[in-house]
Amino acid sequence: MLDADLIAKTATKLSLKEIQEGKVLSVKDKPNLKYAWDNGVAIGRYLAELKEGRIIGKKCHSCKRVLVPPRLFCELCWRPTDEWTYVQDTGTILTFVISHVNWDASRVKRGQRYHTPAVIELDGAGKDQGILHLIDEIDPKDIKIGQKVQAVWKKPEERTGSITDIKYFRVIKK
Amino acid sequence: MGLRKVAIVGAGLTKFHRYAQETPKELAYEATKMALDSCEMTLDDIDSVCLGTAPDAFDGVHMKGEYLSDGAGGFRKPYMRHFVGGGTGVMSPIHGWFHVASGMFDTCLVVAEEKMSSAFPHPAGAFLTIFDHTTEQPLYPTLIWIFAIEMHRFMHKYGYTKKDIAQVAVKNKANALFHPSAQLGAKITVEDVLNSEVMAYPVNRMDISPTSDGAAAIVLASEEVARRVTEKPIWIDGIGYCLDSAYWCNRDLYYPDYVEIAARQAYEMAGIKEPSKEIHIAEPYDPFTYKELHHIEGLMLCKRGESVKMLLDGVTQRDGNLPCCPSGGALGVGNPIAATGLMKIIEIFLQLREEAGERQVPGQPTCGLAQAWGDLMQVGTVVVMRS
Amino acid sequence: MALTERLQETTQVGYWTGAIPLEYVYTCGRAGEAYYRNLMNKGTFLGARCEKCQITYVPPRIYCERCFDRLEDHYVEVPPTGSVHTFTVLYRNLDGSKKEEPLVMALIALDGADGGVVHCLGEIKPDEVFIGLPVEAALKPKNQRKGGITDIKYFKPAK
Repeated sequence: MLDADLIAKTATKLSLKEIQEGKVLSVKDKPNLKYAWDNGVAIGRYLAELKEGRIIGKKCHSCKRVLVPPRLFCELCWRPTDEWTYVQDTGTILTFVISHVNWDASRVKRGQRYHTPAVIELDGAGKDQGILHLIDEIDPKDIKIGQKVQAVWKKPEERTGSITDIKYFRVIKK
Repeated sequence: MGLRKVAIVGAGLTKFHRYAQETPKELAYEATKMALDSCEMTLDDIDSVCLGTAPDAFDGVHMKGEYLSDGAGGFRKPYMRHFVGGGTGVMSPIHGWFHVASGMFDTCLVVAEEKMSSAFPHPAGAFLTIFDHTTEQPLYPTLIWIFAIEMHRFMHKYGYTKKDIAQVAVKNKANALFHPSAQLGAKITVEDVLNSEVMAYPVNRMDISPTSDGAAAIVLASEEVARRVTEKPIWIDGIGYCLDSAYWCNRDLYYPDYVEIAARQAYEMAGIKEPSKEIHIAEPYDPFTYKELHHIEGLMLCKRGESVKMLLDGVTQRDGNLPCCPSGGALGVGNPIAATGLMKIIEIFLQLREEAGERQVPGQPTCGLAQAWGDLMQVGTVVVMRS
Repeated sequence: MALTERLQETTQVGYWTGAIPLEYVYTCGRAGEAYYRNLMNKGTFLGARCEKCQITYVPPRIYCERCFDRLEDHYVEVPPTGSVHTFTVLYRNLDGSKKEEPLVMALIALDGADGGVVHCLGEIKPDEVFIGLPVEAALKPKNQRKGGITDIKYFKPAK
C-alpha cells in the first residue's frame, strides 16, 4: 500500500519564481558544447547533391527501397546498399502538423506563421519512404494528407549543401 | 528455459512535482528507501542494483548513472544503468529480471529517476538533438512535432476525432485523483481538453502529460527469497523489448510494430494466447492522450482500429472489462520520463495484491501488463505480471 | 562494395556543426540547502553523522551511502580546519592560455570529518605546499557570501 503521508514528505514542491528569486539556493551553468559531426560518405554525397538542386538516394535491391537520406547499408536487410539513384523533388504528404510552439517550447509570436512540418513521401523512393521538411505558400488550414507537393529550392548561388537548400515544399494545385 | 522465477516484493515512489527542490540523488534515495522499508529489507540484503534514467541532458549531469548510484543503494555493489528513452521505466524491471532469473543474484534493487526541471529554457529543448543533426535539426524540429505527426496519421487512418481521443485525458486525470504521488489529478471535461491551447495541431496542451521530477523503485527477488519476505509476491511472467530504427520517416506511423513485437515476446513467455481476455488490467504508456490508444492496439488488446470504440464503450474505465491506466497514467500522475514506466509497474504490483486503495480495480485481477515506449518513436518494452 | 568505398580527395570530407543549446539550474537539494545556508550565515561547515557506520560526511547528505539510514536529523558542525591530503599545481587556464600566477588546487581532509573538500590554496607559494600542511578556510566577508562553494575564497596555512 502506498502511504500518502510518507509520499508527501519525499519531495518538496517549488515554483519557477522561487528558484529565480533565490528562495532556494541553486547553481547556474551553461555548458559550452559544440560539435562537428563528420558527414560520412553517404550524407556527404546527399548534401553535395542538394547543393546542385537534386535529391539523391541509394537503392537496396533486396527490399527494393530507395533510401533517402542515403545510407551505406540497409538497416532492414542488413547488407550494403547498391547503386546511387536520384529521386524526384516532388512527393505526397503522409502526415503534417500545425505547430504553435518553437523548438524551445516558446510560443510562435503573434503575426508569425505557424510552423507546418510534414513527412513527405518522395516520388521514386518507395511506399512510406519519407523525409521531414516544411510546407509553405499555403494557409495551414488548407493542408491535407495526400496532397501532392513540389520542392521550392533556394537560388543556386544561395545553396550551401544543406537540407535547407530546399526552402520548403509547396502544394501543387491541380 | 532454465531460468528462475522472479517476483516483485516491495515498491516505493516519490511525489511527482514540476519543480522539486531535491537533488536527483535525494529523489532516488526517497523512492529506494521506501521500497526497502516496504518489505523490511536492508541494503545488506541487496545483491545487485539496476538503475534507469533517461537523457543525461535533462538533469544536466554527465554520466548520470554513476552519479545516482549511491542514492539508489548501489554503493560498492554490482550496478548497471540502462536507458531507452521513455521506454526505460519498463525496461528497468526487465533489466533487473535478468539479474535474478539467471541465478547470478538472489535480489535486485531496481530504481528509476528523472529530474527534468534542471534544464532551461525547457527540457523539451534537450530533444533538439534526438533528431538527425544534419538532415533534420536545421529545420528546428521539436518533439511535439513528432507526436503531432504520429497522432495525425493515426487519426487519419481510422477517422478518429480529437473529441474521442480527449476522453483518455478525462479518464486518466480522474483516476489520478486517488494516486498519492499525482501531480495533475483533476476532474476535467472533453471541452476542457479541446479548448486548451493548441501546441501543434492536432495536439492541445491537455493532450500532453506534464514535465516532472520524481523517482520510483522496486525490489526483485528469487522465489526462495520472495516467499520468505512476503505473502503476496507478484511474479514477472513475461518480458519483451524491441527497438526499431531511428529512421522514423521510413515507416507508417499509424501502428507501432515494435510494440507488437515486444508484446508477442512477453505473451509467449507468459503463455498468453488471447491477450484481450487473459490480461485483466493494463498500464499502457500514455505521455499523450492518443498514445494510450496507439499502444492498446500495438499490444493487441483489441483489433486494429477498435481502440476508440473500447474507450467510448467504457471498457477501459476502472470498473470496465479491461481497465487501462487505473493509476492515472502519465497524464494524471506525471511523467518524469524514466520513473513513469516504473510507476506503472508499481501500479500493477499493487493492484494484483489488492493494495491499490481507492484506485483498486474490482473483480480480483490476477494478471496485469505494463508497457512503455520512447526514443524517436522506436522502442517498445512490455512486462506481464501475475499474482 | 559500399563499405569499402574510400574518399579520394581530402576536400571531399565534409562535416556539419551544431551545439546542444541548454542551460542548467541545479537546486542544492535538502542537504545542500542546509550546508550552503550555514556557510553563508554562520561561516562554518556542516556535516552529517552516521553513528552506525561511524562516518561524518562533509558536505552533509540526507542518507548514509553504506547503511542507507536517514541522516537528516544528524547534522553536526565541523571546524573549518584541516590538512592538505593531496594537491596539484595548475599553470594553464581551461582555454589553454597561460595563467598569470600558478594556482594550487588541493583535496583538504577536514578535521572531524571523513573525506574532504576540493578547493584552492591561497597566501602560500606552490613550492611551500606539502602533504600534511595544516590549513584553515578563508571566507569572504559575510555581506559578500551568496550561499555557494565560492563563499570560501581559498584555504590558507593555519596559524
